[in-house]
Amino acid sequence: MAQRIPTRLGDGSLVEMTRAEVEADLSAGSEAAVKRAKVEPLGQDELDHLLDIFTSPTKFSAVDYGDEVVLSFDGSGNSDIGAPILEQVVYQNHHGADMIELWHHDYSYKAVRTVLSFQTQMLKDAQQQTVIPLNYGAMPDLGRYSKPDGPIPNWSELMPLGKIAEAREAQLEAAEHLEKDMWCVAEAMIAAGVDGLDFDTAGAAGDADLLATLRTVRRVRDKYPDIGVEIGQAAELVLGMHGELQFEGTRLAGQWPLGQLKACEAAGATIFGPAVNVNTTKSLAWNTARACALLKPVTAEATIPVHVNAGMGVGGVPMTPYPPVDATSRASRALVDICKVDGL
Amino acid sequence: MASTHALASGMGGMRTAGDLVARMQMTRGLRLPQAKQYVADKLGCSVADLGDTVAMHDIRRDLGLGRITVQDLTYADHPGAMEAKFHIAEVLDLPINCVRRFKEHAGLD
Repeated sequence: MAQRIPTRLGDGSLVEMTRAEVEADLSAGSEAAVKRAKVEPLGQDELDHLLDIFTSPTKFSAVDYGDEVVLSFDGSGNSDIGAPILEQVVYQNHHGADMIELWHHDYSYKAVRTVLSFQTQMLKDAQQQTVIPLNYGAMPDLGRYSKPDGPIPNWSELMPLGKIAEAREAQLEAAEHLEKDMWCVAEAMIAAGVDGLDFDTAGAAGDADLLATLRTVRRVRDKYPDIGVEIGQAAELVLGMHGELQFEGTRLAGQWPLGQLKACEAAGATIFGPAVNVNTTKSLAWNTARACALLKPVTAEATIPVHVNAGMGVGGVPMTPYPPVDATSRASRALVDICKVDGL
Repeated sequence: MASTHALASGMGGMRTAGDLVARMQMTRGLRLPQAKQYVADKLGCSVADLGDTVAMHDIRRDLGLGRITVQDLTYADHPGAMEAKFHIAEVLDLPINCVRRFKEHAGLD
């Protein structure tokens, strides 16, 4: 009887698989990426390396000496201490963070604008106590501008009624509000001394959400050439909620990570954060192989650093509040070894 | 999860030169190998030293780049957070926004 190896599913649950089952899942994960995103499959040497990682009996896995990458830690802290600045210090001193990020618990630029003076003061105070680079981050979060939360007709209600033109117009109107809020926060944070801005989960509400982000990033880069700009994606595929929007001649809807990278580079971002979603019913091996196949062309063509999102439910890390060490370390190592990422 | 990533694949932040490499990525958009090489050249050390906590402890002390207080070892007579960032800006030849603001507000320009 073949030896059964402990591993995990995408929801974090512990399962046992044989070496042959893990091997089959690695190939299937790679092929799933090929089928969906028209990328090249992982090579046999890469699959073999992943097989070694995922069939090892050790509880922990790590990269080789010298292969360490930069960890940017969007949303540093957990709000558990109740002292946002102290949480930044904890991440700097005790979690080995290479960059940290101050954030508001209502993680949206629209919400931040209402408490901006408090957030900028906190940012300034945080800069007095930390050495490592400090970002300020929030979500673009375009949906906040639609009724009943915002002033704009809700495009998700208009579309089922067949009011496609009205739905598209509503998204453009909402995007204008979003750009104003993001620019307002960006200018205030830069005046307060921030090192960089993180536009996190860009595109969460679809292509209009991403377009507003890219336009704002372009303005930041043009006016403040020394300020860092990280764009973290919401998902592996840009939803075409509008469907026809373009940034510098490229249609945004339907873009996979490589297309997203090109748009972010064109906008002037200095760090690109792709997100590859986790399938909670598939094994960690399947999910990680799929993520690696989707992201390899990104790191191969990037002209800016690529920091892959590797938190709960993305980048091969299980979708659970407490990602297990065995699973997280394997995903972490795999992304570095196979994709040669610049950071996580 | 944060600590897991840090141990599995992270540079080590301020314990090493992770924060310095990060600054070259975020401010200049340098890919990882170029960012590491740039920092190593500026510090006068090898790329391998950048991830070595023992080597970087001494290098950071000599250049005033800031170090983490550890049990029984404090650095009260060495550069603190903002002071260290003044040195980092100079050593890396890199504008740091909060340092520039500090100088403006303190009338140091």
